[in-house]
Amino acid sequence: MQTVKMVVTGPFSAGKTEFIRAVSEIDVVQTERKITSAAEQVKETTTVAMDFGRITVDEDLVLYLFGTPGQRRFDFMWEILSEGMLGYIVLVDSARPETFLEARRILETFSTYATTPYVVAANKQDHPDAWEPEDLRIALRVDSNVKLLPCVAKDKEYVKAVLLELLYRILDDIDKAEGQA
Amino acid sequence: MALKGNLRDFSTTQLLNLVNLARKTGTLTIKDSEVPSRLSFREGKLIFATADAAGHESGLLVSILQRTGKLSAERASAIRQGAGKLGDKQLGLMLINAGVVSQDDIMQSVRQHVLDITYGLFDRSEGLFRFDANILPPPECITVSIDLEGVIMDGSRRIKQHEQLEGELPSLDRALKFADRSNVRLRKLNLTEEEWRVISLVNPRNTIRQIGKANNLSDFQIRRIVYGLLQAGLVEMTWPEGIAPPRPRRGVPVGEPAAPPAPAVKRHVIVRLIDRIRRIQ
Ligand SMILES: Nc1nc2c(ncn2[C@@H]2O[C@H](COP(=O)(O)OP(=O)(O)O)[C@@H](O)[C@H]2O)c(=O)[nH]1
Ligand SMILES: [Mg+2]
Repeated sequence: MQTVKMVVTGPFSAGKTEFIRAVSEIDVVQTERKITSAAEQVKETTTVAMDFGRITVDEDLVLYLFGTPGQRRFDFMWEILSEGMLGYIVLVDSARPETFLEARRILETFSTYATTPYVVAANKQDHPDAWEPEDLRIALRVDSNVKLLPCVAKDKEYVKAVLLELLYRILDDIDKAEGQA
Repeated sequence: MALKGNLRDFSTTQLLNLVNLARKTGTLTIKDSEVPSRLSFREGKLIFATADAAGHESGLLVSILQRTGKLSAERASAIRQGAGKLGDKQLGLMLINAGVVSQDDIMQSVRQHVLDITYGLFDRSEGLFRFDANILPPPECITVSIDLEGVIMDGSRRIKQHEQLEGELPSLDRALKFADRSNVRLRKLNLTEEEWRVISLVNPRNTIRQIGKANNLSDFQIRRIVYGLLQAGLVEMTWPEGIAPPRPRRGVPVGEPAAPPAPAVKRHVIVRLIDRIRRIQ
């Protein structure tokens, strides 16, 4: 059986748990994981909260959704995060400018580490204080060739649309790579 | 839909950058005391500003002309009494016809007034803001049209706090490249010699730190200049050429070029995932 993974990241309270819960077939499991990194010279242990969700395709293929705060002690988490990762979603709380700087840092960190496709989801678009996606693009300096989608994590249809967009991007990449080969 | 927040989290410079790039029309209100400041924009250009309780009401022209020294206090109060309820445009015309001031005086004074209020907002680190699309000063107001790039550059020259710069520009080990159409926009700008020397070294091969060193600028100085250029939309951040972004993976030394992304999964796997997610009820 093959398992693949998508990572959902973003600042605290951006809606990661809600997002995964909207489409997961199991109750979203929230875990505190102890991670020990040997990548650095000094061994260190850190604890990070993560969410797990699952979407079963058939008996041969399962997709895991993996929610993680993107920034704190990133080096420690990267090995776990990146294994089998198809792509990732950066969730932004559109209604809380106080989180924009952190969102930018997360975007920067992830795009530095990862070579996989990603999309940005402007979450909480139902909130009266939500900034519009195109304003967020400028505020967060999201490149014009990166998809930035409106999202309401409580609404399954938005979540599906974001996941599908990411999958289309992945498909594009595969087609491009095969075209070159 | 709103565009609101606190300057603590999104600075005046960032707001002007947003208005400029999105070519917004409307009025930005910044409130950090009883008296709100209001800046109005049309298609990304600064056209008007007020910072008094009266807001956009007319009667502003006389005070502006007085403040810029075009009218004496006595003259101003005499005009105020005689003008009654005349709108600023009509009053301006009257003053021109009476030979009191020239049209140039008026336009320069309004421009100065708008810029003074705007520059006064750059060093604020606190204050609620909101942008109301399509709200503009009433038609009797005399408006100007000022490119925001120059305002942003000039405003960033006044920044005295480190923190604001570091939020935007945490690392000096990145490089810069020119943004689209920046050559056209550069020509319209009034840059200092120092800024030109920085611009002459903008190239993905040079890190910001190297550009600063080459020009004998302190970290703060080079940060402030680059901050202005970034916010004015003239340059963009990029990775230094030849140095891929650091990917501290196991066994891969930092700075080593990344391997091209090999498709880790087969096409049919993705197609099945797409199909499955579409069917989620
Ligand atoms: N209005 C609104 N609230 C949301 C949305 N998504 C999440 N929330 C709320 O935001 C809060 C934080 O969400 P959560 O999923 O726990 O964020 P996390 O820290 O990123 O996992 C919770 O109270 C959610 O109910 C949304 O799309 N709209
Ligand atoms: Mg959570």
